Amino acid sequence: MTTLRMTEDHEWIRIDAAGVGTVGITRFAQEQLGDIVFVELPTVGRQLAQGEDAAVIESVKAAAECKSPVSGTVTEVNGALAEEPGKVNQDPTGAGWFFKIRLEDAKQLDALLDEAAYQAKTAK
Amino acid sequence: MTEAPLLRTALHALHRALGARMVAFAGYEMPVQYPAGILAEHQHTRTHASLFDVSHMGQARLALAAAAALEALVPVDVLGLAAGRQRYAFFTNETGGILDDLMISNAGDHYFVVVNAARKAHDFALLAKHCGAVVLADRALLALQGPLAAQVMQRLAPGAAALVFMQTAALKIGSAACFVSRSGYTGEDGFEISVPAGEAERLAKLLLAQQGVAPAGLGARDSLRLEAGLCLYGHDIDASTTPVEAGLEWAIQKARRHGGARAGGFPGADVILPQIERGTARRRAGILPEGRAPLREGETLLDAEGRRVGRLTSGGFGATVNAPVAMAYVESPLARPGTELAAVVRGRTRACRVAALPFVPHRYYREKTP
Repeated sequence: MTTLRMTEDHEWIRIDAAGVGTVGITRFAQEQLGDIVFVELPTVGRQLAQGEDAAVIESVKAAAECKSPVSGTVTEVNGALAEEPGKVNQDPTGAGWFFKIRLEDAKQLDALLDEAAYQAKTAK
Repeated sequence: MTEAPLLRTALHALHRALGARMVAFAGYEMPVQYPAGILAEHQHTRTHASLFDVSHMGQARLALAAAAALEALVPVDVLGLAAGRQRYAFFTNETGGILDDLMISNAGDHYFVVVNAARKAHDFALLAKHCGAVVLADRALLALQGPLAAQVMQRLAPGAAALVFMQTAALKIGSAACFVSRSGYTGEDGFEISVPAGEAERLAKLLLAQQGVAPAGLGARDSLRLEAGLCLYGHDIDASTTPVEAGLEWAIQKARRHGGARAGGFPGADVILPQIERGTARRRAGILPEGRAPLREGETLLDAEGRRVGRLTSGGFGATVNAPVAMAYVESPLARPGTELAAVVRGRTRACRVAALPFVPHRYYREKTP
């Protein structure tokens, strides 16, 4: 069973069966940013606090930060984005993922938005 | 703070219908991009042709008799501008700074000028006071840019296709009485078309219906002009930069320089003319960042010793170069292509080097085919 949660800042996190979270930015976020030309990813092994700047997204228009939705340790990053940052635009919640994180405290997920709540928020 | 409602161009409804994302720019609601996106619109302009709505820019007409008065505001040879010709110019201030850049055309029986949207109020006041200019508020301005632009114009208005770079003509496109110049802001061959606002949408639709033509927004316009090494007022040039610092001395003709027939006689001449001969402490330069992440306006440049030697004035991603590109003012001895510098980004340094401008060769149509 997987759990998908969103933040107010337009990141998503999907928790797999092993309890590892995959993080990226939402479709809404990539639409707002426009064509993404570079993503600076965190290093594997980095400890992130919830809400800490984890990645920098450079679009043709501006730079934006991706914050970590939860506290934990980065276990893997999406190296494919170095060659094809456009994956974030094309498939933001799939091939355009940013990094994987081992959660410190799964309870932090409770304060995040579920998909319906997030959709309601961005539909405004 | 109260915000004035945004102005709309004659093509507002068309932009909406085309699915544009609209943003506030210089008091107007303008398309920053269409569904294709900035990178695709940029590429399309370099390989095909794109239609840009630049109706937010200011258009005005001046009597031919105002030539001398206009020359007193710009370091450009206006009296020597022949009918059917256009020249790049800039208003200067007493300290040699640039108040705006503009295009001046000799339309035969009047001068036609185009100024930046954000400087309209200033420029129109200046032109009204000194030159009796009449603002053309009821005209839209379209730019058709790219290697296919000439073929399109050949079909719709052969007289336009017969022009060479920086030539102008009054001609009809369909039913619309237009004033066309072969110029633009992308580095590509192309045309800027002044058209009565009431005819603008019909003309835009006609142009968009031509094979190879797609709409492009202000986002692509900015990345195209940056790759072409063209200055954006308020960023790469402003009241604190002189034309010589900006590398624009090519636009100051011989007649207005020392020893010329009408040397000086414009604001800041005593600053600008000596700079042409002696140089300046800083120069505008192209900057190529290492890696894929763009550098941005406002970031500081350091030399190998960590000394502050410049500041970025424009930065973004060059879709044709397929790399980030930027422009900056740097200390003149360092403004040579190849100089290695570092930019300070979010507290860290990023390697970059000075590069020749433009980043992409201009492809203006300068010669008539034999």
